[in-house]
Amino acid sequence: MANPPRKRPSKLRGNLIYALVWLACFAPLVWVAWKGFNGDLGANPIEKLIRELGVWGLRLLLVGLAITPAARILKAPRLVRFRRTIGLFAFSYIVLHLSSYIGVDLFFDWNQLWKDILKRPFITLGMLGFTLLIPLAVTSTNGWVIRMGRAAWSRLHRLIYVIVPLGVVHYYLLVKADHRPPLIYGAVFVLLMVWRAWDAWSKRAAR
Amino acid sequence: MLIRHAADLTDNDVTDHGLYMKRRTLMAGLAGVGLAGAAAGEARAGLAFTKGFSTTEKLTPKEDITTYNNFYEFGVDKGDPAEKSDRFKPRPWTVRIDGACEAPRTVGIEDLIKGNKLEERIYRMRCVEGWSMVIPWVGFPLKDLIASVKPTSKAKFVAFETVMRPSEMPGQGWNTLDWPYREGLRIDEAMHPLTLMAVGLYGDVLPNQNGAPLRLVAPWKYGFKGAKSIVRISLVENQPVTAWNKLAPREYGFYSNVNPAVDHPRWSQATERRIGEFRRRETLPFNGYGEYVADLYKGMDLKRFY
Repeated sequence: MANPPRKRPSKLRGNLIYALVWLACFAPLVWVAWKGFNGDLGANPIEKLIRELGVWGLRLLLVGLAITPAARILKAPRLVRFRRTIGLFAFSYIVLHLSSYIGVDLFFDWNQLWKDILKRPFITLGMLGFTLLIPLAVTSTNGWVIRMGRAAWSRLHRLIYVIVPLGVVHYYLLVKADHRPPLIYGAVFVLLMVWRAWDAWSKRAAR
Repeated sequence: MLIRHAADLTDNDVTDHGLYMKRRTLMAGLAGVGLAGAAAGEARAGLAFTKGFSTTEKLTPKEDITTYNNFYEFGVDKGDPAEKSDRFKPRPWTVRIDGACEAPRTVGIEDLIKGNKLEERIYRMRCVEGWSMVIPWVGFPLKDLIASVKPTSKAKFVAFETVMRPSEMPGQGWNTLDWPYREGLRIDEAMHPLTLMAVGLYGDVLPNQNGAPLRLVAPWKYGFKGAKSIVRISLVENQPVTAWNKLAPREYGFYSNVNPAVDHPRWSQATERRIGEFRRRETLPFNGYGEYVADLYKGMDLKRFY
């Protein structure tokens, strides 16, 4: 055996944790699909489906943003390796959210979609956020990090600091009266950004 | 001849139809209060009514009408009204009818049900959010109720005030809207024969989540105009304050007539999803009731008075 035997359990544990993260990311989709399959999404299942997919996309984006602060605060740098998985899951939920809006709600009425994008600020902002997410999803592989160089890659991926608030505002603008849920997501985002600002400031101060 | 037959009979032999109907309604009313619960095991008696204005469109299932509701007094989720309205007590209940009239009065819900000829009216309901249903209401025309208090010439508008009971309505603990919910109609809208005070749904007493015990239905307007659980109806001279208009005046006008040509500032009103259908359908001006109500707005710029 080439590998020292004591390393094996730790690798197994790593894989287990990885599997758990995957399962956790998949769970909302399975749950929504299961409810849809059983006709359990209420009287307006199409709207419910689109909302659930969108909200889970936003939640996962925020979880992704929370990884770096969590890794630092908990002194668990290895957490960072889950960031890509979570980000790609968030992107997948948003792709499903958008495709169910276009394919199921509008039934591929491209003309209506175009009008919505131009006339409905919440859809304009949502589409903008989605468009900005595409380069991040495309360049998420190790190959792209190398090709672009670490610094340029990091700069590009800072787009997420614009995309997440776009998602929050997109949500806020479609709510009729109870703005608490989008405001809570907004507050979480602000908190995560405040930590980043504080972190950057203290690093500079330490220099 | 009928007259001859009538001469053979004494008054005791015939039950006057109206009285018969009233008895039926009384029984239904009692069932509503739960006093008829003595008839254990039996299904709750329906309301007595005749068939009125209708449509050939397919009815939305009762299950959907009673589980998918906007009734923010119980919470903002569509499921909240059905899930969180158990504590709400729609009986006993009185409604005050006052303002610019000669005979203001306070009337109990059972007297309202007994004193009015109930009809089933099958109306489309178009929500401002872009979905719609076809609902068999049971009720009586609002105009009959207004006529009973003898409005004066100062009665230009009708203001509806709904119930304020935070202990029974968990959604009133949050200021999502300025409670109590208020709505209003112009007097000619209120006196229109299509305007209904509903006390029942699908032949039964109105469920809590649908606005028990008494709600307004004006089928050519967006659903939120239909004030639920009404406690006061006032005849007033000036256009009354309404809940959604107060929250967002640019988004929810006083009139709020269904109009595919006037979009909500944040979304289109051109189409709607009929609950139970897959594809969206075109929204009709005045929700398809234009032939009856369009005259009310002759000469008005409906883009301005949305």
